[in-house]
Amino acid sequence: MKRDNIVKIVSISGYAIFLILSWIFSFNPGKEIGINFITFSIDMLKILPCAFILIGLFEVWVKRETVEKHFGEESGIRGYVWAVLLAGTTVGGLYIAFPVAYSLYTKGAKLSVIFAYVGAAAICRVPMAIFEASFLGIKFTAIRLLVSLPLVIVTSILLGDYLTKRNYKIVAGK
Amino acid sequence: MYYLYIVTALAVLISFIVSREKTLKAIRIAAKRFINILPAFLTMIILVSVVLFLIPDKVISNYLGSNNKFIGVLFASFLGSITLMPGFIAFPLCGILLKKGVLYMVLAAFTTTLMMVGVLTYPIEKEYFGIRVTIIRNTMSFFIALVAAVVIGVFFGEIF
Repeated sequence: MKRDNIVKIVSISGYAIFLILSWIFSFNPGKEIGINFITFSIDMLKILPCAFILIGLFEVWVKRETVEKHFGEESGIRGYVWAVLLAGTTVGGLYIAFPVAYSLYTKGAKLSVIFAYVGAAAICRVPMAIFEASFLGIKFTAIRLLVSLPLVIVTSILLGDYLTKRNYKIVAGK
Repeated sequence: MYYLYIVTALAVLISFIVSREKTLKAIRIAAKRFINILPAFLTMIILVSVVLFLIPDKVISNYLGSNNKFIGVLFASFLGSITLMPGFIAFPLCGILLKKGVLYMVLAAFTTTLMMVGVLTYPIEKEYFGIRVTIIRNTMSFFIALVAAVVIGVFFGEIF
């Protein structure tokens, strides 16, 4: 673990030094990478604080029993319906879906449902689907969703069952 | 984007009116989780900044327009997997490519892998799910994207 941290710190500072030197010596590739870094960071900072505050509120207000009932072992098919509906309203992308999924999991959602949530959050966020349809056509978006969504749910069930059999647990503490 | 701010502000406000303590606790949880995962986000943004430089839009346009449609689909799914771009860039780009004559199935492979397969989000995903599950989930997503692309190819008459 410790060596990993050293590698991380060295590479991140190497990256930072590279960007600073690129600015000083007007090294264009380095400057472009720097601009990419800044635009992407700003994009993230627009979404992340809100997303994490909502996660925090969810942790405090939503009872474990509620999550267990709708997303847990007993939820059956409804669990997947809820997962897809929740995914439809998720903002950002996969990187937001992971912490949300983790939160659901710690409150008693079952594995296959959170994998379905993550997959669905990738492909059927409502604002994104509307945007996609406006550029590529409704037919395109409809077929894409009708094909990929069932596959996401089926593979999530397979993956969830496989991991449950192997006693997989998502590590706590993040 | 704005609806996220409105929803968050309303949620905090209502929560604060109902219980000040619980709201403060929620903010503390939010801050703690955010700080814990921040290094992984930093790694991801660094990777994104380098990859977007190495693979600019022009390169994507060139490769997706390949003559052989199956090579086009494979290239598209490969590019979609290793890049990460927001929808407001990706879909207009696809719209332009479509007008240039790039096949629907190629665009489907590109957008679906872009959304579902995250090589660049790997640092974040492995923090939550572990390395093994991250690899399994992404591999499965890659094949789902290929299936979606082929079905789209069939429906738009690009395969038969």
